[in-house]
Amino acid sequence: MEQALTQKKKISAYDVAVYIILGILAIITFYPFYNVLIISFARFDVISKSNLYWLPLSFDFSAYKLIFGDGKFWNAFGVSMLVTVVGVAFSMVISVAGAYALSKKGMPGRNLLLTLILITMFFNGGLIPFYLIVKNLGLVNNILVMIVPAGINTLYLIIMKNYFNTIPEGLEESAKLDGANDITILLRIIIPISAPFMATFALFYAVERWNEWWHALIFISDSAKAPLQIYLREVLITSNSSLNSMAMTLAEQKATTKVYTPSLQMATIIVSCIPIMLVYPFLQKHFAKGILVGSIKE
Amino acid sequence: MKRNNKAGGRSSKSGLWNTMRQYKYHYLMVLPVIVWYILFSYLPMYGITLSFKTFDFSKGILGSPWVGFQHFREISHDPEFWSAFKNTVIISLSKLVIHFPLPIILAMVMNEFSRTKARKFFQTLFTFPHFISWVVLAGILTNIFSNDGVYIQLMTMLGFDASSPLVSVQGFRPMIYLSHVWKEIGWDSIIYMAALTGINPELYEAAEMDGASRLQRLRYIAWPGIKSTVAILFILTIGNLLSLGSSFEQIFNLYSSPVYSVADTIDTYVYRTTFTVGADFGYMTAVGLIKSAISLVLLVLANMTVKKMGEQGLY
Repeated sequence: MEQALTQKKKISAYDVAVYIILGILAIITFYPFYNVLIISFARFDVISKSNLYWLPLSFDFSAYKLIFGDGKFWNAFGVSMLVTVVGVAFSMVISVAGAYALSKKGMPGRNLLLTLILITMFFNGGLIPFYLIVKNLGLVNNILVMIVPAGINTLYLIIMKNYFNTIPEGLEESAKLDGANDITILLRIIIPISAPFMATFALFYAVERWNEWWHALIFISDSAKAPLQIYLREVLITSNSSLNSMAMTLAEQKATTKVYTPSLQMATIIVSCIPIMLVYPFLQKHFAKGILVGSIKE
Repeated sequence: MKRNNKAGGRSSKSGLWNTMRQYKYHYLMVLPVIVWYILFSYLPMYGITLSFKTFDFSKGILGSPWVGFQHFREISHDPEFWSAFKNTVIISLSKLVIHFPLPIILAMVMNEFSRTKARKFFQTLFTFPHFISWVVLAGILTNIFSNDGVYIQLMTMLGFDASSPLVSVQGFRPMIYLSHVWKEIGWDSIIYMAALTGINPELYEAAEMDGASRLQRLRYIAWPGIKSTVAILFILTIGNLLSLGSSFEQIFNLYSSPVYSVADTIDTYVYRTTFTVGADFGYMTAVGLIKSAISLVLLVLANMTVKKMGEQGLY
């Protein structure tokens, strides 16, 4: 009976309209990514002759081969991997410990600390004072600049704190009676029961670190320490990377395996986004829940 | 030590001290966070004093000589600042007007699905671009709108004389608004979706029994259910309005010299003049301070407005 009712509801014109609108939006959202994919696999002779390349008419790996043969790509990839792994560890340790402590309503000074933290979401010293402080800390041309000054996302910290507030106090009381101290409680009780929640935020931080670009732009001039996003910008936007010149040389030499520059650029995008695409299914499974819990007001 | 300081009020003081001792491990846990905020937020805030100084590399922030309001007087006559200021305000306000309602509408539309699977599917699609960096998204857009990109090829086939909107003075700002919607609409709608799923389903059932139309249900059940969330996010958005407008990563990766006149915002202006032209640090700090001060005023105003409308404010 109920089945029949919902079945009936689905056919209304209203629903059809909703599906059509969302369908069109979905195509607009995804077409650019589809475009990236087909161009990255396009063969030079096919794409350079076609007036409008919108179907995957050819299949070729040359662009990818060129990228995988570029030492600078691997270097940038390695820097980003390092920054992501170490950065997530750093961010999670200080955010989780801090958020847990700040969730303790009885702690003297807690409200003051929370207010001071919230203020930073709306007011900051601006680029120059930040630059000078970070420079004085010796972080210019230091990989740590992409890990430490970027280490806390205030919004995540607040959401984590709100989440810890929802864990019943009773869980901790019994452990306390057994003589466990607060650090042991955090490590042995709180973190294990909040594992999926913690994983979501670790992934948020991971995506942030993987996409890290701003701190590198300001503080890193040594190309050996440049992360992937800086390399990508050179390939995609300013077009003055070693890859671009390799493609140019191939074209000029009239080599048999020519690579179309846009194919090369789009292939670089695909390769750099693979890690994000790998974690995305896990990420999207939990983020809605994470935000929902975090948005509960005290 | 603290305990023996004063004879008067001793009991309450030692009471506080005892409470604090109970939380000694918690203080230890929060210590790295405190140090981090001091280093990367509060010391730079102190550095704002540079706005009233002329920066001398050998003397640092503390030792540089004071110049009073000289930088601010100079800024008021600086045409490049005013151009950046104007662009920041226009782009910020347009983004607010164009983008802010869209995630709310999207969430309400998606909430109309009786099947959570369809909802989940669309949510997954629309949220994806949020996790891709502006460097990459700008690379994708630059490709689509380049001379051998899909957009111009299609327009030429249809017989139009097209050029890239990214390098045209009329086209650049709309591209900024559209690409912002593209990247963030799905992500921004999640919080409204969460609020909508929190509404008691009995309300919908009761309304249906009373013969309420779907639009009436949106108007009288869904909207009141998310109004307070909208209010809070409105304040937060206004508080970050100028940063939204100058969204450095977006504009810096999309703009080029032909469109500086409509695209240069306070953030890109500060970056360019500091690191490529080499302007006085004190002067550029003052420019940054003006932006922060305006943001703060906007935050306070938005909070007042929302409270006047009977919603709960941020503070």
